[in-house]
Amino acid sequence: MKYALRVLFILIQKEFKQIFRNRSLLPVIFVVPMLQLLILPLAATFEMKEIRMHVADLDCSPQSRALTERFAGSPFFRLVNVSQSYAAAGEDITGNRADMSLEIPPHFERDLSREGAAKVHLTVNAINSSAAALANAYSLSIIGGFHAQPSVPASPAGVAGLAEEQFWYNPRLDYPTYMVPGILVMLVAIIGLFLSSINMVREKEIGTMEQINVTPIRKYQLITGKFFPFWVFALIDATIGLLLARLVYGIPVAGSIALIYLLLVTFLLAILGVGLFFSAISRTQQQAMFMAWFFVMVFVLLSGLFTPVESMPGWARGFNTINPFAYGIKAVRMVMLKGSSFADVQREFYALLAYAAITLSLAVNRYKKTA
Amino acid sequence: MNTVIHTHHLTKCFGTFTAVEDLSFKVARGEIFGFLGANGAGKTTAIRMLCGLLKPTSGAASVAGFNVFTQSEQIKRHIGYMCQRFSLYEDLTVAENIAFYGGIYGLSRKEIRLRSEQLYARIDLAHARHTLIRDLPLGWRQKLAFLSSLLHRPEIVFLDEPTSGVDPITRRQFWNLIYETAEEGITVFVTTHYMDEAEYCHRVLVMVAGRMAALDSPEALKRQYGATGMNEVFLALVRSEQP
Repeated sequence: MKYALRVLFILIQKEFKQIFRNRSLLPVIFVVPMLQLLILPLAATFEMKEIRMHVADLDCSPQSRALTERFAGSPFFRLVNVSQSYAAAGEDITGNRADMSLEIPPHFERDLSREGAAKVHLTVNAINSSAAALANAYSLSIIGGFHAQPSVPASPAGVAGLAEEQFWYNPRLDYPTYMVPGILVMLVAIIGLFLSSINMVREKEIGTMEQINVTPIRKYQLITGKFFPFWVFALIDATIGLLLARLVYGIPVAGSIALIYLLLVTFLLAILGVGLFFSAISRTQQQAMFMAWFFVMVFVLLSGLFTPVESMPGWARGFNTINPFAYGIKAVRMVMLKGSSFADVQREFYALLAYAAITLSLAVNRYKKTA
Repeated sequence: MNTVIHTHHLTKCFGTFTAVEDLSFKVARGEIFGFLGANGAGKTTAIRMLCGLLKPTSGAASVAGFNVFTQSEQIKRHIGYMCQRFSLYEDLTVAENIAFYGGIYGLSRKEIRLRSEQLYARIDLAHARHTLIRDLPLGWRQKLAFLSSLLHRPEIVFLDEPTSGVDPITRRQFWNLIYETAEEGITVFVTTHYMDEAEYCHRVLVMVAGRMAALDSPEALKRQYGATGMNEVFLALVRSEQP
């Protein structure tokens, strides 16, 4: 037992020395993920600001101007043109000078005061469908609010045939809040996965693996010695990330910090197991890198980090039962943003625990001391 | 004769290619056993089977009293191995490499300190203990790799072409180390394709195309083939086996 622990200690010590001596590795481990965490959440956003709008006002009444003013006053819209022609509005959208147009028909004010409701027409450039849906939703909420306004004399509140839109939970559509926890999980996973997947196979390429294989070292000792340093580095990364989330984005951890770490520790074990498994079955660093890259690419896209899982087809959602990113990102988001307790995330936790057990066993099993 | 390596019809096939065929020999304790052959003759395959790195296809073999089929991990406790490719970590210092390899064989801190001092004294390397391996000349690296494989005092040490690419003076020094090691009772199993080195061995086994072509002392082989040096013996053997 004492001997086994000492061997483990010696292996881990050696890995740390090698990492600290590698001048190109340390910046990759610490600086790059942090830079990404500062850039990605701001870039990877669905938030719409300054939607370019063309208003074709064929009514030219005080009411139609009031509606136009409401759009102009909203931070989401910028009026690029006000005309009296539907055709001009269409041309602006076709020519990519406007993202959408609001067409106010003649007799808008008359219909509004007589019948208590009036129709307007919205045209949205839907090449980017999610952006279009969002622009549409913003517009509807402004139009709905206009109807509900008491300043419209003869219009009882909300009688218009328009649905009223409300954004629950995230009324300001603050995307960094939503993206930061997910991106944090993804970044520490990528660091852990790529470093662990090239580590063992690198020793195979250099030739030192053969020397290790002829020693009485145990397979589990080697695998533990290999994942432990990256586990530590990834958790340090996670800590810096949580601090950045707090200081830069003002996102405190709503739930328990200990629970966040429990989830991250388990999640990273699963990821490092995958990396070492790739390393064990590869002969060259290229092969291992390719497998790691493919794994990250597919599972991050399926995980719901960038696109909602709910809009995926059923078979694609089925993949997420074997997707550690899906469990990790979901659980960390829940604890960080909603303040979920262990009971709320236990399904994700146990799934990750099982994942870690399976991948680490596979790594130990596939690493062969005797060919 | 106190036998430490014993093989019986040992064979290794990779798919349809037979790398080593029907190898039977014994090696005695303290012997310097030369393993000769051209590139691709099966030397490395044979040595890897004996070290427990490769499972033989058929036959039988024991090393240090352990079966290569079933007890490869026990074998590993009792042998040292210096492979053809680089076995030291280039980004660690001399002292760190010694501490690492000593440590994974279970030596205590005290033993490691003691044995590294002995090692430095033996090849006059004390001044370079904090030098990274990558900054050490090749000859020093090879001598250090050899002595590192002896840190845990194995019964047998396997050297796979330890002197390839090394200058003649360092090769001479290296063979002095091999002699000293054999005198301590450690069996040295060494592969080479330098025929002058074959002369230094107690006995040599010549492999040609995966098969054993001859096994005897260099003197007896030279007498048998009427040759003045091992080079001629080797060429005669290769010609007779490959028409």
